[in-house]
Amino acid sequence: MLLTIRSLTKTFPGTLALDAVDFDLAAGEAHALLGENGAGKSTLIKCLTGAYARDSGNLHLDGAPISPASTLEAQELGIGTVYQEVNLLPNLTVAENLTFGRQPVRFGMIGQRAMRRQAEELLSGYGLDVDVRRDLGSYSVAVQQIVAIARAVALSGKVLILDEPTASLDARETEMLFDVMRKLRDRGLGVVFISHFLDQVYEIADRVTVLRNGKRIVTEETAGLDRLRLIEHMLGRELEAQTAEGAQQPAEPADPSARELHFEGIGRRGKIEPFDLSVGRGEVVGLAGLLGSGRTETAEVLFGVHPAQVGTARAPEGALDLSSPRAAIAAGFGFAPEDRKTDGIVADLSVRENIALALQARRGWSRPLPRAEQNRLADEYIRRLDIRTSDAEKAVGDLSGGNQQKVVLARWLAMNPRFLILDEPTRGIDVGAHAEILRLIEEVTRRDGMSVLVISSELEELVAVADRVIVVRDRSHVAEFTGADIAPDRIMRAIAAPDVAAPDEEAA
Amino acid sequence: MPQVFRRILPQVLTLLAVILLVSLVFPGFVQIDFERGRLVGPIIDVLKRGAPVALLAVGMTLVIATRGIDLSVGATMAISGACAAWAISSGYGLIPALAAAIAAGILSGLWNGTLVAVFGIQPIVATLILMTAGRGLAQLITEGRILTFSHDGLAFFGSGTILGLPVPALIWCVAAVLFALLVRRTALGLLIEAIGINRRASTIAGINSRVLLVAVYVASGFCAAWAGIIATADIRGADANNSGLWLELDAILAVVIGGNSLMGGRFSIAASVLGALIIQTIDTGILLAGFPSEFNLVIKATLVIVILVLQSPNLAPHLARALRISRGAPLVGSSAAREAGE
Repeated sequence: MLLTIRSLTKTFPGTLALDAVDFDLAAGEAHALLGENGAGKSTLIKCLTGAYARDSGNLHLDGAPISPASTLEAQELGIGTVYQEVNLLPNLTVAENLTFGRQPVRFGMIGQRAMRRQAEELLSGYGLDVDVRRDLGSYSVAVQQIVAIARAVALSGKVLILDEPTASLDARETEMLFDVMRKLRDRGLGVVFISHFLDQVYEIADRVTVLRNGKRIVTEETAGLDRLRLIEHMLGRELEAQTAEGAQQPAEPADPSARELHFEGIGRRGKIEPFDLSVGRGEVVGLAGLLGSGRTETAEVLFGVHPAQVGTARAPEGALDLSSPRAAIAAGFGFAPEDRKTDGIVADLSVRENIALALQARRGWSRPLPRAEQNRLADEYIRRLDIRTSDAEKAVGDLSGGNQQKVVLARWLAMNPRFLILDEPTRGIDVGAHAEILRLIEEVTRRDGMSVLVISSELEELVAVADRVIVVRDRSHVAEFTGADIAPDRIMRAIAAPDVAAPDEEAA
Repeated sequence: MPQVFRRILPQVLTLLAVILLVSLVFPGFVQIDFERGRLVGPIIDVLKRGAPVALLAVGMTLVIATRGIDLSVGATMAISGACAAWAISSGYGLIPALAAAIAAGILSGLWNGTLVAVFGIQPIVATLILMTAGRGLAQLITEGRILTFSHDGLAFFGSGTILGLPVPALIWCVAAVLFALLVRRTALGLLIEAIGINRRASTIAGINSRVLLVAVYVASGFCAAWAGIIATADIRGADANNSGLWLELDAILAVVIGGNSLMGGRFSIAASVLGALIIQTIDTGILLAGFPSEFNLVIKATLVIVILVLQSPNLAPHLARALRISRGAPLVGSSAAREAGE
């Protein structure tokens, strides 16, 4: 093996990001690393390249133990990385980018001609027809990617890590990149590549390793791996346990005519194709789909973060304005976003202030929520959601991920919304908090009659909590399951491909 | 309000240290006399001369709390001063003159706020536009000369006294107290801090961040207008080229000495105003100490560097350790050092 990783473990406050992960990379192999957000892919890469210090575990390169303390050291050892956003300098020429840090020097000056020659040599064999004297920024992202790869290979030369290299490439450019990857593989490099596009994984990867919740789930040859099985690995399943739980689902929710929120033809170009959705009082609707399928986009369009361009929203009292988060909140909506650090918490404010924030925003600036009332709210939700904090005045940024999530939930529960959208509410939080949040969803829907839309990449979670599950694929709603039909294998099939989806489901 | 006091304690101690330092070279610094119905003395002079920067610092604090910056306040002072001088010399009377000056400040703020909040231009670039163009506007109003006037009512805002205290000092005190009450007795302070820390999350939580952003720039323009009125009234003339020149930088410095982060978020108006007084005490102190005037800027820069280094969070642990070792050593710098360790 070119590179072996044994029982690599990394913890962050409150989360076990990598749990004794093993990983092997052979020379001359393209190895895909798959998993949903928060599965631990980038943490693994960062531990490997020295960007993070690992807690425990061994790395071996060419049989010798290594322990890079920085990306620079990893590069010198032979491990080069190219990130999704090209980390080169677009305002320098291609040649300067390629030779940066070791330009040929002549009489104390950079030898332009030698540099050009060196750059052209480096690029030969990549099948690129570029003028190395032009600025890198004047070329397409694909070309920039390949230049970055050429640089990484020249500097490192053993292991090449590509973090979502195709995310912003079109089909032809992707093909160009894959040609380069195949050539490098044939030259004996080990290529690790992270992608969310399964088609590409099947096209280029020799082997696949799937991570989920910080654990390595499986490593298999791509050739023998069934697509459905792969998705199962990514999304998780304990089918036997799930069917038992699915059976104890409550009966069908009230008939659709009693549903109180109706969205018709809501959509936004480039985000999500127009879809219809009706949500009943006290109903939990699950939204399943892979990352980038349009699940988060659905939530953002409903909440006015990216307002819908077409379609209408109706409630019993009339049409709803969902043109901005403020408008959506006025209509009784709440939204706990997927990325709680950038979209959820206000890190430097206290737990109390974060909980009171939405309530205060709705009251308006001139009617401050009395301090006593804020304290009461904070104490109530710290107790009810079991938020682990020394006190209500602690800055929310100092809490662990799960507790931050609970603070965001508390913010919305304090508003008592009629429709609460939860995007990956249990992402990256420990098992205990996970169960509590699911219990909480049950509680607010059964007791308070709140309607909830839950987006999750964990199917067992959706099966456990949802009365109805909608499947999103390629930016449109493609299938809907109710009652006894809600089962991980059926959902998974609908996620995987249209032809294997249950034909009797309505397509939105 | 022990919490508020703890927040401004470093600034209070710094101010006392600077006063002490100035008193060492100019012993009469803290002396206050009562002459011809008004208080006189270097401290009173600091309170009066510090008025423009203190006023600017009030507005600047709010802007910086939203993670912005307002470079245009000096130019806004010039515009407002020019408007007031023009109105009064055209015979419109005192109230219309003040109204014109304040309207000009509010319009400047609206312009800046719109560029930042609606068009999404970076605050430093957006306000740079008015910083450079504003003096041109002021020159258009004054028709390129120093527009003088002789109206005692307007001059009162620059050189008058009430109960022996200079009017400019009273104006910034009232403004600081009113703004502090406005943001802390309502939810404005919390909402401003929230959008400064995380605008995206705040917007999703339903805060009208666009309107709030415009509002802080308007507040800054409003404060700058009053500073412009004072500066113009003081010299009984509007000098479009020099009124408020470079004061935006002093105002930003005051906010920074006040311990407010340029990254936005938590803010204290009281601390910023103290920062303005620290700067003015240094300025006045240097003049009184009788150093050759060519030393002034260098001395000021040195003192500012010392203050900022002492406040630096990177230094605090080291200072605390050094203090534990050599506790009791009576050095001039040690009183300042202790406060940084708090």
